[in-house]
Amino acid sequence: MRIKNHPIIDFEHKKKISFTFNNKKITGFESDCIASALHAHGVKILTKSLKYDLPRGFFCGIGKCSSCLMRVNGIPNVRTCIAPLKQGIKVEMQGKFSELPSAKFEEKPKETINVDVLVVGAGPAGLCASIEAAKQGVSVLLVDENMCVGGQLIKQTHKFFGSQNEKAGTRGIVISEDLKKEINDLEKVGKINLMLNSTVIGYYEGEKNLHKFMVVKRKNYDSFLIEVNTKTAVFACGAMENMLLFPGNDLPGVYGAGSVQTLMNVFGVKPGKKVLMIGAGNVGLIVSYQLLQAGIDVDRVVEAAPFIGGYHVHAAKLRRCGVPIYTSHSIKEVYGKDCVEGAVVIKLDRNWQPIKGSEEYVACDTVCLAVGLTPSTRLLYQIGVKMDFVSEAGGYVAMHDDFMQTSIKGIFVAGDSSGIEEASTAMIEGKIAGISMALFLGYEDVKKLQSKYIEELKKLREGPFGEKARVAKKKIKRLMEEN
Amino acid sequence: MHNYEIDGILDQKFIKIPSQMQLEKGVAIIECIQKIPCNPCVDSCPTGAISMKDINDIPVVNYDKCIACCKCVGICPGLAIFVVKCKDDKAFITLPYEFLPEPVVGKKVKVLDRVGKIVGDGIVKKVVKKERTFVVTIEVKKDHLMIVRNLKVNL
Repeated sequence: MRIKNHPIIDFEHKKKISFTFNNKKITGFESDCIASALHAHGVKILTKSLKYDLPRGFFCGIGKCSSCLMRVNGIPNVRTCIAPLKQGIKVEMQGKFSELPSAKFEEKPKETINVDVLVVGAGPAGLCASIEAAKQGVSVLLVDENMCVGGQLIKQTHKFFGSQNEKAGTRGIVISEDLKKEINDLEKVGKINLMLNSTVIGYYEGEKNLHKFMVVKRKNYDSFLIEVNTKTAVFACGAMENMLLFPGNDLPGVYGAGSVQTLMNVFGVKPGKKVLMIGAGNVGLIVSYQLLQAGIDVDRVVEAAPFIGGYHVHAAKLRRCGVPIYTSHSIKEVYGKDCVEGAVVIKLDRNWQPIKGSEEYVACDTVCLAVGLTPSTRLLYQIGVKMDFVSEAGGYVAMHDDFMQTSIKGIFVAGDSSGIEEASTAMIEGKIAGISMALFLGYEDVKKLQSKYIEELKKLREGPFGEKARVAKKKIKRLMEEN
Repeated sequence: MHNYEIDGILDQKFIKIPSQMQLEKGVAIIECIQKIPCNPCVDSCPTGAISMKDINDIPVVNYDKCIACCKCVGICPGLAIFVVKCKDDKAFITLPYEFLPEPVVGKKVKVLDRVGKIVGDGIVKKVVKKERTFVVTIEVKKDHLMIVRNLKVNL
């Protein structure tokens, strides 16, 4: 299931390491997460559902769903899609009535960190926010749940659109490396403290003018609690992929399109042999093309809307490779005993209703869902910032102003968690938030830079494809000002 | 709604066909018909042949200014630029290609249309690697000039 040759990526499968899965010795690479190493061996069932004991497999690939929880070295509920593979670890499927964890849990925070700026999420928005803020001289703590920085950039092998300012014409994976280098340079001079494999778990009452957060840092599958006191924080937590309702949607082999992108482009593991893609927005089109580049067959793309939602240029490059796109079509159901063995697609009428008798069987072992994203906002709720449902933003989001500040002073948002858009705009929002935080902390001479970034962002959203974001941000701003 | 929004296939009526003289010199055909915020093609052009009112506009090629240098082919994030050239009964198409195995100069390849249908054979004339995109020039039949948009390496 490993990808041997790839036109865009050189997989550096550095060191081979061995571990056990259900007491059987198998191998993986040092660059793997636990779930990808298992997947490479054809292990698609990672856990079972609690109520009906149904198989569950890799779904989101970013630690946001619960389909990959396993017992690692005696510790239950380890999210194996974001847990690094280590030599000699013991991985097991956890039973319904699993033993109590044998791991130690510390009662008190192991350490306390005091900073000017806390950045939650090291994706395009979080990285840019950290860099901009740190450049102004403030101290930054950057926290991310994953094994490395970059967020979704690390799997985006396509070249980015936009202008020179947004590194247009450069691949996402290259932009990710460039940002990582900047972060590492700022880390070396002590401006940024980067904490990976760590999760901000909650907001607590802090001292005057300070926000207190608790962070869980995972090390060798054990967890340590860290207290963070910060003057200001930005939430750049990204988003998670939407589910679609149809019989069989919980079978292993049904993936979020983004997680398939992670499996193949980050870990070099093939999700399957033949894919049915659901959704012809940019994500569906881009991931389909990247599946072909990884040597995986894409049977077709189906799209419920009567038109292709993504850019024509993405659709065109897929079509000229021979992949058909069926608009006004959707998935009816997925077959399979323990994993996907096939699917049924159906034509929709003008009112998006299935047309009886138009069912078509598609032989495939993989179904990818590219049906939109929902902003990750749970921490913002807990903090108590003003939230509202904005359909154009992808769901409930934090109300914020042009400077990315929420209804609570010192709490900022950026990127997809402030409204679903794409990486180029996420990077600029991150820059604006970073500058705004510096301004909040009293650095006056960056006002011009802030205006420049706001202007750049406005330009990117001016075209027809920016309409949704324009409407979303307008609504957010209006709701923010209403009191 | 246009057809390309339904099936992803661009009708040739959207493309400004160059004159015979311009085709003999070679020109870039940009198959980018939506207002996407994107402009690296404009920045890459050494003669200023590609223009755009602002970043959200559609790129327009001045076929007289275009020198068929193919710089834009390798930079376009949408892989939507093709340089076409005619000579006698032959056509030369330069296209972006991002698959393995790498096309080899002098070898015969299958040539495909906008729906991925094999329409004939072509010969690889030139391969330039640009940021891991192969910018490949193939020789095809003259009537395939505006039809062929992809290739398949014979295994």
